[in-house]
Amino acid sequence: MSNANISAGGSFASRFNLQQYVVYLGFLAIFLFFAIVLRDSGFLTVRNLSNIVLQTTPVTIMAVGLVFVMSAGEIDLSIGSIVAVAALAAAVTISAYGMTAGIVAGLGAGLLIGVINGILVAYVRLPSFLVTLATLGLFAGVSRSMTDLRSISVTNEAFTGFFGSGSLLGVPSLIWWTVIAVAIGHLVFRETRFGAHVLATGDNARAASVSGISVPRIRLAVLTISGGLAGLAGLLYAGRLQAAKYTLGETDLMTVIAAVIVGGTLLNGGKGSIVGALVGSLMMGMLNNGLILMGLSVSDQMIVRGLIILAAVAVSLREKNR
Amino acid sequence: MSASAPVLQLQDIRKTFGGITAIENFSLEVFPGEIVALVGDNGAGKSTLVKIVSGVHPPSSGTIAIEGKPVTMSNATMGRAHGIEVVYQDLALADQQTVYMNMFLGREPLNRFGLLDRRRMIEETEKLVKELDVRIPSAHATIRDLSGGQRQGVAIARATHWASKLILLDEPTAALGVAETARVEAIVQSLKMRNVGVLIISHSLDQVFKLSDRICVLRRGKQIGVRETAKTDKNEIIAMITGLQQ
Repeated sequence: MSNANISAGGSFASRFNLQQYVVYLGFLAIFLFFAIVLRDSGFLTVRNLSNIVLQTTPVTIMAVGLVFVMSAGEIDLSIGSIVAVAALAAAVTISAYGMTAGIVAGLGAGLLIGVINGILVAYVRLPSFLVTLATLGLFAGVSRSMTDLRSISVTNEAFTGFFGSGSLLGVPSLIWWTVIAVAIGHLVFRETRFGAHVLATGDNARAASVSGISVPRIRLAVLTISGGLAGLAGLLYAGRLQAAKYTLGETDLMTVIAAVIVGGTLLNGGKGSIVGALVGSLMMGMLNNGLILMGLSVSDQMIVRGLIILAAVAVSLREKNR
Repeated sequence: MSASAPVLQLQDIRKTFGGITAIENFSLEVFPGEIVALVGDNGAGKSTLVKIVSGVHPPSSGTIAIEGKPVTMSNATMGRAHGIEVVYQDLALADQQTVYMNMFLGREPLNRFGLLDRRRMIEETEKLVKELDVRIPSAHATIRDLSGGQRQGVAIARATHWASKLILLDEPTAALGVAETARVEAIVQSLKMRNVGVLIISHSLDQVFKLSDRICVLRRGKQIGVRETAKTDKNEIIAMITGLQQ
């Protein structure tokens, strides 16, 4: 359990457990840095800060799914391709059959790819790294061939409002999506039998198995959840950008994995945090935003982001592999 | 002891894998409150017997009866359903989870909202840990922060919590130091008071003589004999294990 590790005796536990707080400290440090350096460039305005949250929403949603996958000791590299396939499936369906059909098509596509990943991992017993690497490429191809590389616009206002520009009680819908996904994800992960079984499976699959937990079913479930949430992320991209294209989600994989690991989820399973992944995801979004405001070129941004992710991941993994 | 039915009764158990006979003509009874030791050299068939009793391997022929009633067992969860708990050599603990989550692994109690009932898990863990005198810092401690003896204590406590009939201990002290071995032996001894049967597999004859009421010897898949611990000595048992007369 992520923070139930209280005074467990021995020299380890008496040591300050940096790993659990690294994401919060990193978040604070980066925030303060930009707040000072960019004080005249509009970083601290409400508009800019809420923009960061809005733009981060799809990454946060995918990160919630990946916490389940990684806590169960698996990985899902295919989420970027799922985003594009789901967004395109939704965009094409909406123009022909309307909003509800579009949502069903988008989420359905995500869930279906998740189930395919899950069956191959859980029942054919192939490593998830290889399975999802293959489906990453496979569905990147599918999304390109679906529309001949063309972008499909989404004009249904109910859809773009629900998944993009709309708001409820004065709060933008994208923030609602973040709050709902994180709240439900956290509840399921921390407080249900399923969440406990995911952690047990990632921690010690044999122990889980002799304790009566169906390990294959857990593996299938986490990859299906991840696929479904990546599909939702695709809908959110299509809603906010009012268009779908095969490039959607293409560069998100590294950001999502970094957010999840920095947020305190173990790469090898057995330990994870949904709230940590949220903060990790916001940290990545803030980094992106700040570097653009600082006027860095795209290539410089990539270099700086890569270095910061490397540092953050190194700190969190060093602590974990004590 | 003889007044009540045996918690476990194995009769004419035979197990073959392909053409190879792993166990033949094995019969053994374990009574409530009794500790029976199973000894034998490497490859004598002890781990096959563990798997038969836990339900992983159904026997090729012969009967298993629990409290006098014959049962058929075809997978690992069947043994548990019949009140048999196994403490595996590798303990089967999830290292990064807390003690209380491990105690209830796969059988977590839920509150009325359908969510994990942590309070109940913690309370029951603390109660049991105190009863068995397993010295761990707290029910919240993570398994990886515990010593080998403490982990073994947690695994035995878990088995004790769930076993209504029989606890099977597979080499419970093989990886432990002297002081920790003594602690675990004291815990095993205290299981007699709980009126469950205990079947213990051990390489240490000192331990077998210290803990057991009866000793069952296996050699190359054959049952060589069962002796009352008080009426035998190490020389006889060693001769039975090795098949050599001194």
